[in-house]
Order: sequence, then structure tokens, then C-alpha cells
Amino acid sequence: MDEADDLTPLDPAYKSMLRLQFAIVGVALLVAATIAEFAIPGWTGAVWIPALFVVTYALVRVPLRRYNARGYSLAQERLRVVRGVIFRADTVVPFGRVQHIDVGQGPLERAYGLATLTVHTAGTHNASVSLPGLRHADATAMREDIRAAIRRDTR
Amino acid sequence: MTEPLEDTPRRTDPRTFAVRAVAMLSQLVLPLVVGGFTILDKGDFGDALLYFLPLVVLAVGANIFFAYLRWARFTYTVGADDIRVESGVLSREARSVPYERIQDVSIEQKFVPRLFGLVEVKFETGAGGGDDLKLAYLPEVEGERLRELVRSRRDGSSLPEQDIDTDIAPEPDARLLYEMGPGRVLTFGLFEFSLAVVAVVAGAAQQLDFLLPFEVWDWRSWREQIAGPGQWLAGLGVLAQLVGGVIAVGSLIFIGVATGVVRTVLREWGFRLERTDKGLRRRRGLLTRTDLVMPVHRVQALRLSTGLVRRWFGWHSLKLVSLASDSGSANHEAVPFARLKEIAPVVAETGFELPSAEIEWHRSSRRYRIDGFLIGFFLMIAIAAALFVSGKAFFALLPIIAGGGWFALHEYMRWRWDRHALGQRQLYTRHGWFAPSMAIASREKLQSVEIVRNPLARVRGYADIRFGLAGGHLRMRGIALADAMRIRDAVLSSMGEQDFSEVVEAGSQSA
Repeated sequence: MDEADDLTPLDPAYKSMLRLQFAIVGVALLVAATIAEFAIPGWTGAVWIPALFVVTYALVRVPLRRYNARGYSLAQERLRVVRGVIFRADTVVPFGRVQHIDVGQGPLERAYGLATLTVHTAGTHNASVSLPGLRHADATAMREDIRAAIRRDTR
Repeated sequence: MTEPLEDTPRRTDPRTFAVRAVAMLSQLVLPLVVGGFTILDKGDFGDALLYFLPLVVLAVGANIFFAYLRWARFTYTVGADDIRVESGVLSREARSVPYERIQDVSIEQKFVPRLFGLVEVKFETGAGGGDDLKLAYLPEVEGERLRELVRSRRDGSSLPEQDIDTDIAPEPDARLLYEMGPGRVLTFGLFEFSLAVVAVVAGAAQQLDFLLPFEVWDWRSWREQIAGPGQWLAGLGVLAQLVGGVIAVGSLIFIGVATGVVRTVLREWGFRLERTDKGLRRRRGLLTRTDLVMPVHRVQALRLSTGLVRRWFGWHSLKLVSLASDSGSANHEAVPFARLKEIAPVVAETGFELPSAEIEWHRSSRRYRIDGFLIGFFLMIAIAAALFVSGKAFFALLPIIAGGGWFALHEYMRWRWDRHALGQRQLYTRHGWFAPSMAIASREKLQSVEIVRNPLARVRGYADIRFGLAGGHLRMRGIALADAMRIRDAVLSSMGEQDFSEVVEAGSQSA
């Protein structure tokens, strides 16, 4: 339907970054499950096996689905961000409505050379729209594009 | 602009101090009384007084001393480009607010300052979190002068007049748009029935049940009395009980209505809405007088609403959704209580227009309403099943019939009454069937458009649209996907025609 008409996919490294992110959470979950397993008398696996299943799913499937669900487009001087696996949201912000622009890099993103572009609007709803999983160079280039468009409009 | 006089720092009015002292003393009275009672309870009155009194004097004295320091160290400077405030006793803080960033100047007069003829001037900058610049308290004339000055500076023109001695003269070109006389305010008050107060009083009545002839709210005791053979009920007689019930409920309703009237009179007394060259100016309040100017070009959308009961009497209210805020809420009440034909000229004054007769209204998707009903109905079936399993089979039909019926009625009425329309320049949504409200938004002044679909909506082919509106929320629910796409594209193309700075600032070039 509205998927993928003319959307640019995110950088493939985003998948790896999500995997790493989930792996960190997954290890914590497994440690907790192991402690619970020790606490419960007898080696039943009642906690450990579901935990392992959840972690495996989060590592194998979720990053892929999330990556496939996301996309963006800069056509017609509008930033369009599509996201969401279960709840789909399709947001459009015309460049002329952008108040200011952030390019942010978390520690994991920096390791993969990725960045998150966030545009802020004056609206109460969608006060900030963020687009993760861009190459850092792409994100800064997009920021320059949007900024140039704003400056042109204001003149 | 040569006003060397203006660049000297000024202090707020010395009487501020008296106002603060009165406010502080009134705050101290309660703790003092409570403290006094606890000490008196223990006996030893003379001793207690001996220790207690110096403490009080010391506390009051210290407060007054610090209040004086704070007043003495608080100065404001009205410069050529900005207003600067320096404050702080130990740590100094300097803040500068450029005239271009001041969205609005509001003047508020609380009860105590009003006795002294003082006002609180607030410069609204649109910064969130109540972080606005406040000058408390200034003489009325000075407040009015500052407001005029900020407005004329913002517009780039020079000061209209310099003499400070003029009284608060009404602006010459002010045109009255709407006002409420005492009769109208009282009528308004009757509709402001306060359910919350009734609940509180009812709760108190239950706590202090000696005030009421019997326990109105205790259903269990009701049942006992009805079921029990030859009980209290029989002795009292049905009529007496009925009268008691009517009196109890009637007194609650009276309290609710009276509270509503009093609150409304306090808030809305002497309501005046005028069109001045700077915007819409609203003055209201009995004890606390507020005076607020809403610049017309900052109005983002209008909200026309009514109430459950007042709807049948033809009363409506008009709120302006704006970037600046009105005592906490982003919506400015422009006309709180009026007939539609009184509201129409105000709407015209804001540059918006009411939907014309030939505009095409659309309903939300029928599937969305059916799904809404089915979700509610399945929930009711689940509750019924739970009741059935737990052995209350008799009640199991109740949620299905009453709940199911309610959901069916609700979804049908919402389908019937919730509409949206796309005008040439504007966007309209109508919402609700009990107390319908209508939002009118300018297509150009929206900030973003988002189409959201939950799993059910994706399967059934409808979507919600959420618009980014500065200072408010605007959404259309359960629109067929193709329509949603069409609305989004239309709105986006009108948004593309103007930049944000033009939308908000109307001519200024700040970015």
C-alpha cells in the first residue's frame, strides 16, 4: 500500500547496531534469568528457556523487521519519515516548518558511524521527529539541505 | 529613538513590599493558629508564649528583611532593543528579552495588589515551563505604559506618547466585540454546575453522616432496609423517605450550582473583548482583574465548543489556539459563553471563517465505527463470560444488553455527527455528540502531518491523521486510507506555500 513507494531505506549498518543494542539488553535478561533459575529449586528451565527464546527472537527477527519498516524521503522539500512494525506512522514535515535540526550520535551509533537526525517543529504533536540509522555524513548533508531550504524561504 | 532616560535601571513599586507582607502574613496565619493550638493544648500558656513569641517575631522579621533585599536588588531596564532584568540577593541573575521575542504582554491584578493599585506585568516569550519574565508589582499606569512601549517597539514604530501621567486611557481605536453584563455572567454561572464540588460534598456528607437523615450513598443499607421485614423503612413510610432523598439530592444540586455561579462571577465579571490595532484585548475578573492581548496573527486555530446542557439552550464558547499561553492552558478563551451569532463577528475578526453552507462534510469510515463497536462488544462478552463462570449467570446478560447497546448507540452517533471537511484555506473537524465541538484550523499554519495506522486499521483500510498544530492538538480519526492520503497531500501543498516565519511573525524576518 503505502510501503516503499519512493522511500529511501536506512543504512544497513542500522540492523547491526540494533542487534548489538538488543544483545546488551539480552545479556542482562539472561543473567537475571540465570539468577532466577538458581533461586528456583531444581534445574527446571522454566525461566531460562522462555528468556532464551525472547532474546533469540529479538536478535534475529526484530532488527530486520524494524529496518524494513523504516524509511524516509526528502522529495518536494518535505521530510517524510515512515516507521513502526505494528503501529505504522507516516510523518511529513515540510522544510519550511522546521524550527531547528539536531544531528545526534550515541556511543553505539558512533561505533557504526551512524547518526540520528531530529527536526523540531512548533506543533504540540510531533514537536520533534527523529530519523535514526543514517550514515553520519548523510545526516549532516541532509541537515545542510534542510537548512539551505529554510534560509532560502525566509529571504 | 533617543530616550536616555529609559536606560536607567528601575525598581518595582515600593508598595510591592506591602503586598508581599500582606500575602506572607496571610500565609503565616494558619500555621500560627495551628501551632498555637498545639502548644495551648499542652498547657503552660505563659511559658509557651515566652518562647513562642520571639520566634514568630524573628521569623516575620527575617522574612521582611529578605523581601526588602529581594526588592532592592531587583531592577529592570527598558532598553532600545530589549528589556533587561537583574535580580538575586546572593547570586545575581541577568536576563534580557529582545522585543522581537515577546509574544504577548499580559497584565494581571490579583486582589491584594488591586487594593494598592498595582499590577503584575508578564512578558510572554513562548518559552515553555512558565519561564516568562514577570515584573511584580508596578503601578497600573507604568504597566500600561510598558505594554504600549513593547508593542510599539515590536512594530518598529516610535513611542506614541511619552507622558507617564496619563490615566489608563482606553486605546482610541478599540472596538467592542463582545461583552458580558451581570445577567449574562449569572446565566453562564448556572451552566457551570460543578460536579467535582458535588462529589466532594457528597463524600463529606458520608463522612459526617450526622448531617443527613440517613445514608444516601450506602446501597447495602438500602437493600437491607428494603429487604428486611418490618424494618425502619416501614416505620418511616415511603413518602418520608422519598422527601428525605429529594432534600438530600436537592441540597447537593444547590451547592453545585451555587459554587458554579460564584466561581464564574469571580472569573468572568465585567468581561470585555475588544479589537485593538494590536489584537484582541480581553479584560475580565471581579477580584483578580486580568487584561490580556491576543495578537491576531498568532492565532493558529479556533475551537468552537458547547456543553451537554447549554447546547440545548444555544450557548457556545470560542477558544483561540495560540502560541502564547493563557494562564497555563494554550487555548485563550475569547468568548466563553455566547450565541453563535455573537461569536461569528469575533471569528471574522481573527481572520478565520466559519464553514460555509456549501462545504462538503465527510464522515469517518464506516468500518472504523463498526470495529469500535465490535471491540466494545467483545469486551462486554468477556465480562459476561466471567460473570457466568463465577456463578452470577443472572447478571451476565446485563453487560451484553446495556453495554452492547451503549457501544452501538455511541458508535452510531459518532459516525453520524463526527465530520471533517477541507475548505479552500481551512480545515474543519467536528467531534462528539453529547457536547459537540468544532475545530477550525488554517491549512497554512499547520506544522506537520502524520498518518497513523494500528494493525486493525491496516487490515481494514483506514487511518488516523494527526496534525502538528502549534499550541494544540488536531486529529481526524478513522478516515478511509485513500481519503487520508488526499487530505495529507492537499494540506501539505498549502503548507509549502509559506514559511514558518511568515506564518507566525507576519512580516518579520527572524528565523
